[in-house]
Amino acid sequence: MSEIPSELRYTKSHEWVRSMEDGHLEIGISDHAQEMLGDMVYVELPEVGATVNTGDDCAVVESVKAASDVYAPISGEIVEVNSMLSEAPETINSDPYGEGWLFRLQPVDDNEVDELLDAEGYSEVVEAEN
Amino acid sequence: MEQRTPLYQAHLRAGAKMVNFGGWDMPVNYGSQIDEHHAVRRDAGMFDVSHMCIVDLEGSDTREFLHVLVANYIGKLKQPGKALYSCMLNPDGGVIDDLILYYMRDGWFRLVVNAATAEKDLAWMHQQAQSFTALEIKRRSDLGMIAVQGPNARQKVIQALRGFTVKDEDERLSSLGRFFGQDMEKMFVARTGYTGEDGFEIAVGGEQCEFVWKLLLDEGVTPCGLGARDTLRLEAGMNLYGSDMDESTTPLESGLEWTVGWEPVSRQFIGRSALEAQRETGTTRKLVGLVLLERGVLRSQQKVLCQQHGAGRITSGSFSPTLSKSIALARVPSSVGINEHCKVEIRDKQSSAKVVKYPFVKGGKSCL
Repeated sequence: MSEIPSELRYTKSHEWVRSMEDGHLEIGISDHAQEMLGDMVYVELPEVGATVNTGDDCAVVESVKAASDVYAPISGEIVEVNSMLSEAPETINSDPYGEGWLFRLQPVDDNEVDELLDAEGYSEVVEAEN
Repeated sequence: MEQRTPLYQAHLRAGAKMVNFGGWDMPVNYGSQIDEHHAVRRDAGMFDVSHMCIVDLEGSDTREFLHVLVANYIGKLKQPGKALYSCMLNPDGGVIDDLILYYMRDGWFRLVVNAATAEKDLAWMHQQAQSFTALEIKRRSDLGMIAVQGPNARQKVIQALRGFTVKDEDERLSSLGRFFGQDMEKMFVARTGYTGEDGFEIAVGGEQCEFVWKLLLDEGVTPCGLGARDTLRLEAGMNLYGSDMDESTTPLESGLEWTVGWEPVSRQFIGRSALEAQRETGTTRKLVGLVLLERGVLRSQQKVLCQQHGAGRITSGSFSPTLSKSIALARVPSSVGINEHCKVEIRDKQSSAKVVKYPFVKGGKSCL
């Protein structure tokens, strides 16, 4: 059974969102998602400064097996990307909720994050897939 | 409902992630596909290949039948046990399937064909067999098969199977030559595989499969899934049926001319005249290797732009764990030369790649 930390928010498309102290949101893919994709070998991240709308495909993670789009869970501006991943994409496998984060954004609307799934809601999504 | 091999429960116990492959419920990995890949290149790994279909052809007409049925020439097989890789063609020269066949003894050949094409292959064989009376086509669903591959595979198999082998069989295993198979009391063992590494493929009765698997596990052989099998065969430059060739492509367009037995010219195998015509006029496309020069991953079906030569398409692509870069097989215009550069369309970008000879990896080492 994959890990689903209770302090994070989630999307049906398997991204997680962490609210940071400075008001930014940190985004990555869930433990379940990395498990389904398998060994990561390549990551394509958005450009810092780019604006994204909820649901836009804004990053790509590729495992040996397949390429998978990552969608923006929230509208906002990209403020930072985890450039360490280009050298060590396998970090997404080993630490999906920590060192394996993908990008950080400044949300347009601070309340939009509340509309995302909580851990319980997301675990139902995962269960329905199994 | 997908079919299950005799090792299905063993896979679940080992924590395998199962996927549907050609109608079979098969392990794609047991954790890390890359670790499994390295286990085969550096030590020994094992694959459940029980989904592959073993067919025994028996009777005094077997040889004549195979002269018609397959493109390679079985007359090359002088010594019992010797194996031969071949395509089975339709009259247009298209590949119905690729297979390996073993000359067991006079009046008995053993064929191993792909899982997804097994029904089609058997129907084709029966159709072609109608004019042969002394011929039996026996599907061996009673057998399971385990492929053990890697530099330490043979030694580990011999060690693991002490107690399962009888009399001098462990010595016979030690002396089994490359590309030979041998029928033993409780199993059939062949020194063949699909990874580019040395090793054995072991066929045993379905009820014995799990026992043999366990012996190998205890000897430290790493269970490997279909994911690693695919990256290993791609590095070794081995075609995958359904991706790199199918009924719409001939062996000449698939890098498999070496498997066509042109001699003797009198042998009328199915597809011969179509292949001869193609050889006469020349093929317009061929299979080459590609290495991606930028970051990213080459994937099947991506378009390849080969400058003045025109466009082609990737037939198999992946990340190569041994080379730590992306490699592919691609079908491109015949005029494309080795070492030329091309562009591959990956999503909305064009990435640079180089045309190379394959295999990409041999004996665990890079050929680039």
